[in-house]
Amino acid sequence: MDKTTANALLAELLAGRMPDAHGRFGPYGGRYIPETLVPAFDRLEAAVKRILPSQEFRDELGAELRDWVGRPTALSPMRNLSRRWGAEIWFKREDLAHTGAHKINNALGQALIAKRMGAKRIVAETGAGQHGVATAAACARVGLPCTVYMGEVDMARQAPNVGRMRLMGATVVPVTSGDRTLRAAIDEAFRDWVSNPDDTFYCLGSALGPHPYPYLVRELQSVIGREARAQILERAGALPDMLVACVGGGSNAIGLFHAFLGDASVRMFGVEAGGRGTGLGDNAARMPTGRPGVLHGTYSLLLQDEDGQVQETHSVSAGLDYSGVGPEHALLHDIGRAEYMAALDSDALDCVKECSTHEGVLPALESAHALWGARELARRHPGKRIIVGLSGRGDKDMPTLQNTLLSQGVPS
Amino acid sequence: MSASTSTPAQKLADTLRAVRRERVAVVAFLTAGFPRKDTFARDLAELAAEADVVEIGVPFTDPMADGVTIQRSSYEALKQGVTLHWIIDTLRGLPKMKAQLVFMGYFNPMLAYGLPKLAADAAAVGISGFIVPDLPIEESGAFEQALGAQGLALIRMVTPVTPPARLEQLCASAQGFVYAVSMTGTTGRSVGTGGVSKEVLDYLDKVRRLSSVPVCAGFGIREASQVAALAPHVDGVVVGSAIIEAMEKGESTAALLRKLRG
Repeated sequence: MDKTTANALLAELLAGRMPDAHGRFGPYGGRYIPETLVPAFDRLEAAVKRILPSQEFRDELGAELRDWVGRPTALSPMRNLSRRWGAEIWFKREDLAHTGAHKINNALGQALIAKRMGAKRIVAETGAGQHGVATAAACARVGLPCTVYMGEVDMARQAPNVGRMRLMGATVVPVTSGDRTLRAAIDEAFRDWVSNPDDTFYCLGSALGPHPYPYLVRELQSVIGREARAQILERAGALPDMLVACVGGGSNAIGLFHAFLGDASVRMFGVEAGGRGTGLGDNAARMPTGRPGVLHGTYSLLLQDEDGQVQETHSVSAGLDYSGVGPEHALLHDIGRAEYMAALDSDALDCVKECSTHEGVLPALESAHALWGARELARRHPGKRIIVGLSGRGDKDMPTLQNTLLSQGVPS
Repeated sequence: MSASTSTPAQKLADTLRAVRRERVAVVAFLTAGFPRKDTFARDLAELAAEADVVEIGVPFTDPMADGVTIQRSSYEALKQGVTLHWIIDTLRGLPKMKAQLVFMGYFNPMLAYGLPKLAADAAAVGISGFIVPDLPIEESGAFEQALGAQGLALIRMVTPVTPPARLEQLCASAQGFVYAVSMTGTTGRSVGTGGVSKEVLDYLDKVRRLSSVPVCAGFGIREASQVAALAPHVDGVVVGSAIIEAMEKGESTAALLRKLRG
C-alpha cells in the first residue's frame, strides 16, 4: 500500500470514521451472513448504536467494571524483567481482572446489552475457555441462561475452565465438527443463532466476525488502553515507546492499542502464534502469510489454501489458535500503524518460565507470546519504555504446563 | 425474446415456469465429489435425469448455515481434494444435462477462484446461477456484476424472518428463482412432519406474490407429504440433506426424488 493511501486510511480511523456504515475498516470487515441472521444483526446494530453511547449504560457498565470486575487493573512496573531485558517493562494487568483475563470487559458489556435488548438466552464460543468463563460469569451476574460452544480439543487442554463454566451455571457443548477448536466452535455458535434468531444474543468473544462485532468488542475492550494511557502518564510522566500484545482474534491488542492510535510516537506490536514453525498448518501467523478472504462473516487476512479452503492452525495456546484475524488488525497491518511478529510455542513457554520465576506472575500462554515480543524488542531497542498487555493469568494452562515445562523439571 | 437469445438466468426461470404448468419442480442438491470423486459424474447424471434443477454443492471448510449432514458430506468431499477447479474441469467433460445446473456454496472459495473468471468458466460449462448463503445483498455487488456479464443468476435467499421491506427488495432484484428458506435454522432438520404450518405457507404465498421469477422452497424438506403440502404454494422444492442421507445408505437418489414428488 502506498504512503498516501495508508495516511488517508489512518486519518479516517483517527477521526472515528471506522468502521464505516458498511462495517468496513478500509477494505476489511463487512457483514457476510446468512439471510436468516440479517434481521438479528440489524437489531443488534441498532441496539449497539443506541445503547453504547447512552449515559445510563455507561454508568451501569462503569459501576460493574469497578465493583464486580475490579477495574481499573494495575499497571505494574516489572523491575526484574526490566533489569534482565535492559528496558523499562510495564505490565497492564488484565490477569487481575475478575475471571482472570481481559475477556470479562467484553462479556460483561455484551451481557448488559443483551439484557437491555430483552434477550432470553446468550450463546458464546470459546477457545482457551477464558471468553466462555467470562460469559458464564457475566450471564450469572445479569441473570441470563448461557450456552457455550467449545471444541473438544480445547476442552481437553483447558479442562479447568470447563469446570468453572459449569459451576457458574453455563451449559458447555462439546464441538466435534471441523477442526474441533475455536473455529468450529464459532461455526456452531452461529448455527445455534441461525436456528434461534429471535430470542438469542450471541456474545462473540473477539474483535472479529460480522459487523458490528469488531466495533462492539473494540469499544468494550478499549478500557484497557484508556486506563493504561492515564496510568503511564501518571506513573512515568510520559507515553510509552512501545505497546506489545498478543493477537489471536485480536481483542486485547485492539483494546490496548486503541487509545494510543493518535500518539504517533508510540509503536504498536502484535504478536501472533508462531506455533511449531513456518510450515502451512504449523502456526497461526496470519499477517505474514494470510491472504484476504471471508471467514465467519468478515473479510480479513486469513490462512487459506489456493482454493479458498480455510487452513487448520497450530499453537500451544488455544486462545491464539485461529485462522483469521480481526479486520481492524488487518488494516493496522496494511497501513503500517501496527507491526506484527510471531512467537514460537517454545518461545512462549520460555517466557512463561522467565516471568513466573522472576516476577511471581504466571502469565497465560497467550500473554507469554506478548512477553516474547517485548523481550525481542528490548534486545533490539535497549532502554525503551514498553507496556506489555498481560491479557490473562496462566492458571487455566496448568494441564499444558504439566505436560511441558513441569515435565522437563521445575525451573530453578 | 426467443429462447436462443435468452440468458442462462432467464432459461433457468423459464424451465421452472414450464415445469410448474405440469407439476411442482424438483431442485436436487448434491455435494460435488461426495461420496467419491470418481462417482460424481454418475451421481450427477442420476439426479439430473430426474430433477429439474441440480444444485452442485461446492464444499467449504466452514459451512455455517448447514446442518450435520451437509457438513459431513462437505468434509468428506474436501478430504478427497474436491475443489472448484476440479468441479468445473469435470463438468467440462460431461454431455449436456436435461436439468438446469446451479452452484451452491460459501463465498470464500469463489472469491479465491476470482469472481469474473469463475462467472466465465461456470457459464462455459453450463451453469446458470449461483446460490451463496453467506453473501447478503449488501455484499453481493462485485459478484453480481461478474455474473451479470455472463447472463448468470445470483439466486436470492429469503427467510420467514425477513422483514417486509427487505422481502420486497430481495424479490424485486431476484433472477433465476427465489430460494425461500422454509424455516429458521440450518439445513437438514424437518420443516414439519406430515404437514407444513400455516405461517410457512402464508409466507411462501407472500414471496410468490412479490417475485417475478419462480419461487423454490428449501431447508427441511424430506417427505412426500411435505412436498404435497408445499406444492400449491411454490414453483419448486429443494431437496438436500435427504439426498445426501440416501447416498450414505447406498440408496437410489432417483427413486427418492420420484417418491418425494409423489
